Amino acid sequence: MPLASSSIADQNAKMQSVMGNHACALAAVAAGCRFFAGYPITPSSEVAERMSAELPKVDGVFIQMEDEIASIGAILGASMGGAKVMTATSGPGFSLKQENLGYASIAEIPCVIVNVMRGGPSTGMPTRPSQADIMQARWGSHGDHPIIVLTPASVDEIYTETVRAFNLSELLRVPVVLLWDEVIGHLIETIEVRGSADLRIVERNRAQSPPEQYKPFAETENGVPDMARPGDGYRTHTTGLTHGEDGFPTQDPATVDRMMSRLLGKLERNREQVESFELLECDDPDILIVAYGITSRAARRAVKLARERGIKVGMFRPITLWPFPEQSFKRVAAGASSILVPEMNAGQLCLEVERLCPSGCSVSRLNRIDGQAIDPDEILNRIAEMANHD
Amino acid sequence: MTEASMHTFDVRDYLRLELMPHFMCPGCGHGIALRALLWAIYELNIDKDRLAIVSGIGCSGRVGAYIDANTMHVTHGRPLAYATGLKLARPDLEVIVITGDGDCLAIGGNHLIHACRRNLDFTCLMLNNEIYGMTGGQVSPTTTETRFTTTTPLGNHEPGFDACKLAAAAGAGLVGREITLQVPTLKDLIKEGISYSGFAFLEVISDCTEIYGRKNQLGESPEMMLGQKASTRSDVYKNTVDQPFRPNAFETGVLARNERPEYADAYRQHIARTVAKTR
Repeated sequence: MPLASSSIADQNAKMQSVMGNHACALAAVAAGCRFFAGYPITPSSEVAERMSAELPKVDGVFIQMEDEIASIGAILGASMGGAKVMTATSGPGFSLKQENLGYASIAEIPCVIVNVMRGGPSTGMPTRPSQADIMQARWGSHGDHPIIVLTPASVDEIYTETVRAFNLSELLRVPVVLLWDEVIGHLIETIEVRGSADLRIVERNRAQSPPEQYKPFAETENGVPDMARPGDGYRTHTTGLTHGEDGFPTQDPATVDRMMSRLLGKLERNREQVESFELLECDDPDILIVAYGITSRAARRAVKLARERGIKVGMFRPITLWPFPEQSFKRVAAGASSILVPEMNAGQLCLEVERLCPSGCSVSRLNRIDGQAIDPDEILNRIAEMANHD
Repeated sequence: MTEASMHTFDVRDYLRLELMPHFMCPGCGHGIALRALLWAIYELNIDKDRLAIVSGIGCSGRVGAYIDANTMHVTHGRPLAYATGLKLARPDLEVIVITGDGDCLAIGGNHLIHACRRNLDFTCLMLNNEIYGMTGGQVSPTTTETRFTTTTPLGNHEPGFDACKLAAAAGAGLVGREITLQVPTLKDLIKEGISYSGFAFLEVISDCTEIYGRKNQLGESPEMMLGQKASTRSDVYKNTVDQPFRPNAFETGVLARNERPEYADAYRQHIARTVAKTR
């Protein structure tokens, strides 16, 4: 009997068996990405490889550049030209991209940057997972720069968050970093491969006003200027220097303060669109787990088993990691007596949690820095210890 | 054509006059290079809306902002990478990179090699004034040996190098060099570079009078320009294969051509031949 056309191995089927990194590529194309420039680096190379196969089918352009910096440069050039763009890398390449990430921030150029986290620092463990770049994702570039960082925890979520990454980037004219670990990147799960017609796709607001009136970096209702496309008659100037509404460089204190305030205020002003998290059993937690990525999946199991034992534990899972959902987190954590932050790093998100946790609530860390994913039992045992102490 | 257009070309038509006065020092060669570029654009009848200028960091990089076009002032050393993405996404635009000796050959050297290798249709104008002027006058990869700079207070002990030879060896479709003294010739070279369907690398020998010239007592602008003239030779390029490049004896004009497929054309043809498009 012939295989049904809905076989998960069929690349045209709605439900497909897909690797995390490949799901990103498929979602990017569905979201309208038509330009990808990248450089190979384990464990992200599959994103580039799949893009190189998919983009030609939709008249897009794929180019492997000479290094990571050229890659982000090329995508920013293409984005300034009007295209939706993406690049993908891992730790060492992510470090190289930081300067130009800052350029994207201050020049307000939409772009999506994937970082599939591996063991670090430096060459580290190319084929092993970590979650050790999350602070770098927020602070890696110099200066006060707005940036959005998303942390999917499944292949399906890679798909939906990649689409969301493009939408947020286009809507807010801010670079969006997609952050997952090597495990999620290489995991193969069956997902629904939604086409463009089934997705909400957001395009950047293009400049429409008469060129004489248009100001490329003007204050608007949501703080995001309309973006001019070269060729449409606007002839704008884009620079990484601090600039006024007209785009030209200035160091006038009042102008710089106004521009930087608008830039830094974009994400807060649009918080409802940006913020995203999942709550698991959070109605009445004594113990609150804060976890993301592959660790959140181990934590999910630990929460289930702990609840079966009668321990009141819940999980707060940030999906938008940065900006961190401070108010929402404080609300959820309000009743907890202790918080556990399991992470595959030496303690990064816990710093944020420690800063925000309600007084009287203690924060514990559960860290692995050996290139291994955290086991559900590790988390469960710690939960049990914490429950005994309460 | 030069004689006629000299009288009809008004550089003000191509400048953002609201940004005047510009930042350039008296005697700076970059201003001349800018004028030659705009004159070339005028003669080629390029629509300003279609013109995209991508510039790096340095005095050369700041020049781009004065052009009334789609101008992008990007990060140090990277304009060739940005321009690559821009041109691939927007083949309809006329893309010109304005960079400097430090921006293009030091931090940006790798991108130069690959831009030449690819031969994508855009033009690179490297304004070579042998110095890092914007940051106060440090040594550059093209600074003549023995010269004083702020980071070679005892005199530069490093040789420079011939970017045109590098560009030719890496495959650039068209390679040329001209001095700012010869404005119409420079303009014609730029025209040829822009018109060429492929990657054109054009080195412009430009003077930094206020920092480099003063520190090394090279004279005022007229003396430095005449120094350019005295340094040009027609036969030196071919004869210096095994010698370190001496910038006081260089050849000008079109120095090399590599007849090769243009990158984007070749890419699109290849894709069309090999991919069955799915809708």
